[in-house]
Amino acid sequence: MKAPPLEFHKPDTVEAAIAVLADSGGSARILAGGQSLVPMLNLRVAYAKTLVDIGAIRELAAIEDAGGYIRLGAGVSHARIEDGEADGHCSGMLRHVARNIAYRAVRNRGTVGGSLAHADPAADWPVAMIALGADVEVSGSNGNRKLSVEEFMVDVFTTALQEDEILTGICVPKASPDLLWSFQKMRKKSGAFGEAIAAVVHDPESGFCRVVAGSSAIGGPHRLAVLETALQEGAVDDGAIQDALTQTIGSLGRYEMQIHTVCLRRAIEEVRT
Amino acid sequence: MTTLSLTVNGRQVSTDIDPRLNLADFLRERLSLKGTHLGCEHGACGACTVLMDGMPIRSCITMAASCDGVEITTVEGYDGDKLMARLRKAFREEHALQCGYCTPGMLATAYDIVSRLDRPDENEIRAELAGCVCRCTGYRGIVRAIERCIAEKSA
Repeated sequence: MKAPPLEFHKPDTVEAAIAVLADSGGSARILAGGQSLVPMLNLRVAYAKTLVDIGAIRELAAIEDAGGYIRLGAGVSHARIEDGEADGHCSGMLRHVARNIAYRAVRNRGTVGGSLAHADPAADWPVAMIALGADVEVSGSNGNRKLSVEEFMVDVFTTALQEDEILTGICVPKASPDLLWSFQKMRKKSGAFGEAIAAVVHDPESGFCRVVAGSSAIGGPHRLAVLETALQEGAVDDGAIQDALTQTIGSLGRYEMQIHTVCLRRAIEEVRT
Repeated sequence: MTTLSLTVNGRQVSTDIDPRLNLADFLRERLSLKGTHLGCEHGACGACTVLMDGMPIRSCITMAASCDGVEITTVEGYDGDKLMARLRKAFREEHALQCGYCTPGMLATAYDIVSRLDRPDENEIRAELAGCVCRCTGYRGIVRAIERCIAEKSA
């Protein structure tokens, strides 16, 4: 299958990209690494009259130490994070997450911002970034705004981005060197999307604690606040995990309940030991 | 139409293209480089893997228009490359191919594994290869060929 006819723009500034988006009346889509969007265009399950390729916007490729947080430009590839360019923060969690996304050929093109903006419920970065308490920076015709990744991820394939807005960067707070984290993914084959994903982050120094699960079956990343409290108070058993899943997501099939429970249990146990 | 200017196998190419064209079709249909094979056309099989600026990428899910200014190496473009010569010899001798459809993508991926990673063991090699599908060999020969090139590298 091939992509349908489309217009192609490759602006070299964020402002120029916003101008194309604003002119398109909602028919333009941003093309970052294209590792999800292009196959979806090829299979005709996504539609774009205009593609705005942001690969030439240099500021989107920067990784900066910004004091209290590390700022990843939205166009930073998974491979660069895998190779350690964002190391020194989050005790290796960013690198671990990046290394386990798809395949190297995909990681060379796919970007952290693209993953968040695409909002696939089975994607890794939305789960990981919510667990780390990261924020996103967004630019549009009406200026810039900053919001948490949790607020940014609205629903399945839906974000808080307006038609004329572009995700420019992700701000990941610096954690103490004692940060405890676990990222668990259940999949049948290396490189495949997770059928269940669980991330737990606990910073004993600051008391920051997040438990997040994601997958297509549960419709995207969900924080399990009950488990965050329980984890800090003592042991968490499978019954508590199942109750939290049911309470947050609703009823799940037996298989889905089982794999999400196991993923969460493994993640919680890894952080507690 | 949109203009595209890039280097393919050391040759400078400047042309107008239909913006919906993917890189694999551009290489095959416009440059007659038929060594790049299309299997699934949605990034799942790895047959179309080529090197972009020395890094493996999937040409079926890369828009040609995104490739302005880059350097592409296809399976036809490794003249005089010592590592690729070793890989080809090892693939031949270890029976790492049968029908050959996946081989261009396997070679580009193997080239990356041997040059980027220090001393990957069999499990790492298999994990790195997971994005490339071969329906003939059962992978054993491909893994052996890559293991041989890694052993030669650090010998």
